[in-house]
Amino acid sequence: MAVIEYIDAIRLAMKEEMERDEEVFVLGEDVGLKGGVFTTTKGLYEQFGEQRAIDTPLAESAIAGVAIGAAMVGMKPIAEMQYSDFMFPAANQIISEAAKIRYRSNNDWSCPVVIRAPIGGGIFGGLYHSQCPESVFFGTPGLKIVAPFTAYDAKGLLKAAVRDPDPVIFFEHKKCYRMISGEVPETDYVVPIGKANVLREGTDITVIGYSLPLHFALEAAEELAKEGISAHILDLRTIQPLDRESILEAVAKTGKVLIIHEDNKTGGVGAEVAAIIAEELLFELDAPIMRLCGPDVPAMPISPPLERTFMLNKDKVKAAMHQLAIF
Amino acid sequence: MTPETSVRQQTKHEQVGLTDAQAVEMYKMMLLARKFDERGILLQRSGKITFHISGIGQETAQVASAFALDRERDYYLPYYRDYGFVLSVGLTVKDLLLASFAKAEDISSGGRQMPAHFGAKRHRIVTSSSPVTTQVPHAVGIALAAKMRKQDIVSFVTFGEGSSNQGDFHEGCNFAGVHKLPVIIMCENNQYAISVPFSKQSAGQISDRAIGYGFPGVQVDGTDPLEVYRVVKEARARAVRGEGPTLIEAMMYRIAPHSTSDNDLAYRSKEEVDLHRERDGLPRYRQYLIECGLWSEEQDAALVKELQAHINEATKYAEEAPYPQPEDTYTHVYAQSEEGRS
Repeated sequence: MAVIEYIDAIRLAMKEEMERDEEVFVLGEDVGLKGGVFTTTKGLYEQFGEQRAIDTPLAESAIAGVAIGAAMVGMKPIAEMQYSDFMFPAANQIISEAAKIRYRSNNDWSCPVVIRAPIGGGIFGGLYHSQCPESVFFGTPGLKIVAPFTAYDAKGLLKAAVRDPDPVIFFEHKKCYRMISGEVPETDYVVPIGKANVLREGTDITVIGYSLPLHFALEAAEELAKEGISAHILDLRTIQPLDRESILEAVAKTGKVLIIHEDNKTGGVGAEVAAIIAEELLFELDAPIMRLCGPDVPAMPISPPLERTFMLNKDKVKAAMHQLAIF
Repeated sequence: MTPETSVRQQTKHEQVGLTDAQAVEMYKMMLLARKFDERGILLQRSGKITFHISGIGQETAQVASAFALDRERDYYLPYYRDYGFVLSVGLTVKDLLLASFAKAEDISSGGRQMPAHFGAKRHRIVTSSSPVTTQVPHAVGIALAAKMRKQDIVSFVTFGEGSSNQGDFHEGCNFAGVHKLPVIIMCENNQYAISVPFSKQSAGQISDRAIGYGFPGVQVDGTDPLEVYRVVKEARARAVRGEGPTLIEAMMYRIAPHSTSDNDLAYRSKEEVDLHRERDGLPRYRQYLIECGLWSEEQDAALVKELQAHINEATKYAEEAPYPQPEDTYTHVYAQSEEGRS
């Protein structure tokens, strides 16, 4: 099994899906000849031609809207939003259209579109190249939202997204692109959408999260194990629809839960996870539900000390885990 | 409009490629749309349905454009006033009324959407929403799919002139122009965006915008169905030849208020509306057919009677049809999987 980078896994998923099905194509700004501003789509233009690796005009609503139109007649478009920060002009197409097409037509029409969008900071991108917009789309039934944290999941979830009969937003963390490598099978596999994944079994505290911060939690858990603290870690993988059963199961294991994400705290995915736990498991908790998230400021500033303050890291996550363990 | 005859005694409709039978069929469809529309207003006024939005004054362009397309294979993205259009491509009065009453059998949405949010896959009428102009990029995407699959079909999309100010109009046109896609983009310029007159919406001419996107823009008298037919037919021929999109601006007037929730005399005069009622294209087209010897007052009276009976029957059916079940609220959020997950 080859060890490849997270970004390579995303590219490989697209390549394999385009080889498997000629109705799969990618479109977006700079995704063709240049191969994407991060090189995510590199080589697709050469292999599949300009008709299936389409350089579009710089207009996000059209990228999403054109993809939605093509998807409604059975194509399998993968639309790239260059940065998730620039996704908001397409929000009407995603929320008013893609999410509601099956429901509003009483199952007559469907919209199997994939929208890929790089999220997150830690790359000195400032306010408009660092955002995590999950909470904007979260809470819109009809959309599926996935957010992988490993190369394996990135490939498997993207392939599952392409094959899914409904619209899927694929939030890839740009800090993971090159920082994260992992074993990825060359065989055809999918990671099922809608299923959370236990990353680590433990008995003292439970950590629930998605995307980049899970790496911090895993590192922190290794260190805490040496101090005798055993952490159970659950990757949501799919943030919509949430895997309620796995969440409840993971919390019931320890009775103490920390929820982590880079998106800001108020109204984030973690708020809903906390509400599910409070509704179902309140009396099994041994400590108040704890959240560690991005701060409630409009977006991430660029100056190093400011960016560091906004971002989660291993030490912050470890401190929170420790605090929860000794409660 | 008069039956202009050439030296070969060709009538205007023959010149644009319509047979006598098709010319008459178009009129019947326009009248059906008009009579349905009047019934919708009546049903709302009598408290039987909650809402009706009208296309009165726009039927000529709607029906003519549908007849100029391939009604077996093309894709349509009509907007909410397009009764004449959707009736011409497969929806029935019964379908429309089932939506008006929000009944389970409503083909477009199963009683989920407001009336006039058309959609029906079997007729290639693409499901629509209420935020205006979102359908333009969809039409472009469908045209892109047709081009990728090498199909000789077109997508046809309509919207009002108010909608033409939305970003999705411009983004969609631009994309279609760059990729030379087989899409026909038709603005039904009825002079009003609810209460805002055209003079306050645009300082230019809608059809001129096509120049900026690198394809032809044509302004046409939307109350003249034969002209609309000719222009749409040409646009379709261009599209399937691979020459790209056409923007059509069909000029007309919204004779009815915006909707049954609107008092239009708050922003326009009765005199203005009456003036345009006199310019209504539907009776003018009837007169044309009579002068061609293809239609008569007697036939017209009989047709009106027949349509009323047909609409009465459909109204009764729709009114008596069952509502969706309360539990239907929860279905079709996602595809039903084999595991029973929804």
